[in-house]
Amino acid sequence: MKKAFPILAVLTGILLAYAFYQAMWVAPTDALQGDVYRIIYYHVPSAWTAFLLFFINFIASVQYLASATRSSQRAAKWIVIVIGIIGAVAPFIPQVGQQLPAGLYPSSVATTVLAIPAFYFLIGKYFPEQNLDVLAVTTAEVGVVFCTIVLITGPIWARPVWGIWWAPGDIRLTSTLVLWLIYVSYLVLRRFSDSAQTQKLAAVLAVFGALDVPLVYFSIWFFRTQHPQPVIGGGGSMDPRMLNVLLINWMAFLCFAFLICWSRFALEKMRREVEEAEALESLAEGGELAAQPSSAKIPLSRGTR
Amino acid sequence: MNSVKFLYAAYIATWLIHGLYLGSLVRRYRRLRERMKDLGK
Repeated sequence: MKKAFPILAVLTGILLAYAFYQAMWVAPTDALQGDVYRIIYYHVPSAWTAFLLFFINFIASVQYLASATRSSQRAAKWIVIVIGIIGAVAPFIPQVGQQLPAGLYPSSVATTVLAIPAFYFLIGKYFPEQNLDVLAVTTAEVGVVFCTIVLITGPIWARPVWGIWWAPGDIRLTSTLVLWLIYVSYLVLRRFSDSAQTQKLAAVLAVFGALDVPLVYFSIWFFRTQHPQPVIGGGGSMDPRMLNVLLINWMAFLCFAFLICWSRFALEKMRREVEEAEALESLAEGGELAAQPSSAKIPLSRGTR
Repeated sequence: MNSVKFLYAAYIATWLIHGLYLGSLVRRYRRLRERMKDLGK
């Protein structure tokens, strides 16, 4: 696996360069906004990548909480299966389908909901219990990086197009800012809390934080907002050439995010190993000191962090 | 609309943030390597 990393890094670099070329020179210029609309090729893929990472963080956190006991594991598994079945069937029931906003297809709702059991079982299969928390912290941190990019490129785009940097009270903008704040607080909690319950508390916070993701995504369907309508579905009418470039850029950023997550995951595992080794060393030193006469004892200088 | 400078600003900001984050990962990795060396002594 370690040999694959440099190869993937080179391929991702090429893909990012190709996506940049497409975004800057191949995609047609927008008739209304001019060239500044090309910010979309970084802004939207960064948002989608952040949502995906927060979604993985949510699933890993649920898995981590469920792994406490066998019965909770079984209960979570069945809840996820039921969600998948209801999500796959309900949007096609006419009474439910009529409630969906225009442009939101039942098939896309069903596919999105089916992602919950799909990711739940995939993560459960490939990440053993002790790695679930590592995966959660990794995806939260990288997700915050991408969400920061969304919050910075958004106002830079808004200034020439709307005439303002930020639309106060706009639900899409505010809910995205709240999402970012929730995950920053998640990372702060993990960084500064020494409690044995930190991982559990962080997982609970992540589960509640993830509830903001659908609110951010669907806010432009259900509320009047300054933010444009979605580029895919929801009445969006994007030029197919622009959409093609957008998807190329998303692929490039997904590969890039995957590589960063890989590195961050390895780093987190290494950090935990070092802390464990340091704690063991401190214990061993403590044991040696306890064996010495009290007059010869010296204080331990190294902590466990 | 003469707003290309905003486009450049957005692209530069994106890569600046990614660069800073990658830099922080490298720094954290180096610090861990040093701690591992200390442990080995």
